[in-house]
Amino acid sequence: MAYKIVASQCTGCSACEPECPNQAIFEKNGVFVIDPKKCTECIGYFDDAQCVAACPVDKTCIIDTGYPRYQAA
Amino acid sequence: MQPSSYVGIEQIQRTGQAQQLDRLLNEIAEHKGCGTSSDGGKASCGSSDGPADMAPEVWEKVKNHPCYSEEAHHHYARMHVAVAPACNIQCNYCNRKYDCANESRPGVVSEKLTPEQAAKKVLAVASTIPQMTVLGIAGPGDPLANPDKTFKTFELISKTAPDIKLCLSTNGLALPDHVDTIANFNVDHVTITVNMVDPEVGQHIYPWIYYKKKRWTGIDAAKILTERQMQGLEMLTARGILSKINSVMIPGINDQHLVEVNRAVKSRGAFLHNIMPLISAPEHGTVFGLNGQRGPTAQELKALQDACEGEMNMMRHCRQCRADAVGLLGEDRSAEFTTDKIDAMEVVYDADTRKAYQELVEQERQATVAAKEAEKSELAKLADAEGISLLIAVATKGQGKVNEHFGHASEFQIYEVDAKGSKFVGHRRVDLYCQGGYGEEDSLETVIRAINDCHAVFVAKIGGCPKDDLKKAGIDPVDKYAHQHIEQSVIAYFMDYVGRVRAGEITHQSRGDADIRQGAFIAA
Ligand code: SF4
Ligand code: SF4
Ligand code: SF4
Repeated sequence: MAYKIVASQCTGCSACEPECPNQAIFEKNGVFVIDPKKCTECIGYFDDAQCVAACPVDKTCIIDTGYPRYQAA
Repeated sequence: MQPSSYVGIEQIQRTGQAQQLDRLLNEIAEHKGCGTSSDGGKASCGSSDGPADMAPEVWEKVKNHPCYSEEAHHHYARMHVAVAPACNIQCNYCNRKYDCANESRPGVVSEKLTPEQAAKKVLAVASTIPQMTVLGIAGPGDPLANPDKTFKTFELISKTAPDIKLCLSTNGLALPDHVDTIANFNVDHVTITVNMVDPEVGQHIYPWIYYKKKRWTGIDAAKILTERQMQGLEMLTARGILSKINSVMIPGINDQHLVEVNRAVKSRGAFLHNIMPLISAPEHGTVFGLNGQRGPTAQELKALQDACEGEMNMMRHCRQCRADAVGLLGEDRSAEFTTDKIDAMEVVYDADTRKAYQELVEQERQATVAAKEAEKSELAKLADAEGISLLIAVATKGQGKVNEHFGHASEFQIYEVDAKGSKFVGHRRVDLYCQGGYGEEDSLETVIRAINDCHAVFVAKIGGCPKDDLKKAGIDPVDKYAHQHIEQSVIAYFMDYVGRVRAGEITHQSRGDADIRQGAFIAA
């Protein structure tokens, strides 16, 4: 699995973007999106998913169940 | 219609630089700002020699800053640019989707600028409005949670327009990490929002912070925040950078505690403390808005400001204006400088016009000092004036004069006057009473509520109906000082009032409390 951003809730504040250890987050049409291929759920880097920790709107950065759980190498 | 004291952008495009300067000089000569008046040559504004308890080097730095000097806000303007959308803490009075009325920053839905766009906007505004002396970065998030964008903007501006002062407002969490960069950019004013120095209090204001790659909540979050704020403040003081403290007064949560905050920040070298009322309504979607947390009344706020005033300089004229505002305080010209218009503009930074204007203002300010002294001796004749003290609401468009129509006023400036003199103690925002030429009953009531603690209201003009209603409410509507200087008029009214009390014509009564208007301030 990877994380995803619920576009309708995202304020476009960019707080998450610089915190991602994998540069998985980028801006698209005023809101931010996560590239699921790059997201490691912060495993191997931090205890907390950084996008979740930094985001001011609850339940905006959430697990994308469309992807299998990330396995640390 | 253009506000009186400077030219609008369309006019500049039509006239050209030389004529523009002539015209400015003419206008200045006509109305003379806060300087001498046409009749007796008396001055009205605050002194240019600086408040007694402020060190000369501090005064030198702040005297032209409209936010810091009560006097400068008549002459100089500041602007804010919104380049910093991200924030690293959450406050219960803020919902980042919308404009925040408390921290003078627009919501993230407002226009966001890149540092390059922001720099161009600043130069365009500075060339059009020679009073523009201060650029601030205050949001929409926290400038220091967006250090790259904030410092890039400063860098671009300091290259082209080194005469513009730079300042920023922060919640302080990231401050200790950036003090050296701030010092390198010659930023001489930093505002820190400090709402508590005790984590027990802080936990009710801040649900969480994001620090060192972790989200912290409750007491832990508040403890880190206050430690970082105090450390940042000490570091600024050690480097000679001025710090102003903003506090939001939240009744029942930190109202008593702010006296302690005042002591804590003063002992660490803050030069000014600005206590602002919580602005809170359910439609703001903030925690405090939704849980019904009320803001203070005008008299509660004033009592707290008075309690802290013996300790240090209080700032009373803060209007909590939006971070993307442009103009003299209380007036917003941002519509003239939208991104589209800026992109289409040829910007030539005109340092000479700016210098000429600023020199004139300086002369004028010097001239007021002596006259101010004369006024004091006038008052001294009143002895103790029976211990009477009055609050007077004034409808003004600026330049220190009573020059606004009652129905057009979107705010009233409040002056307190007693035998010791008159002083500006704050302002009250109101919804326009008169929309399109006729007054509306409901809004008249809200105006009365907003100035209900005042004995009189000075206006340039007022209709018959509101006049009667004001009288019924016990507020004396006065239009005889139209277009005269405020402080002079306030003193004249006071002398007359005391005279009438002594002659037994009227009995002095104290007035009640007043409401604080809710909602972000976007001047009409
Ligand atoms: S969970 Fe971590 S790796 Fe994935 S997008 Fe968020 S910050 Fe980046
Ligand atoms: S932190 Fe949240 S609201 Fe801000 S850009 Fe990222 S996802 Fe959007
Ligand atoms: S909010 Fe307005 S009055 Fe207050 S400090 Fe900022 S610019 Fe000055």
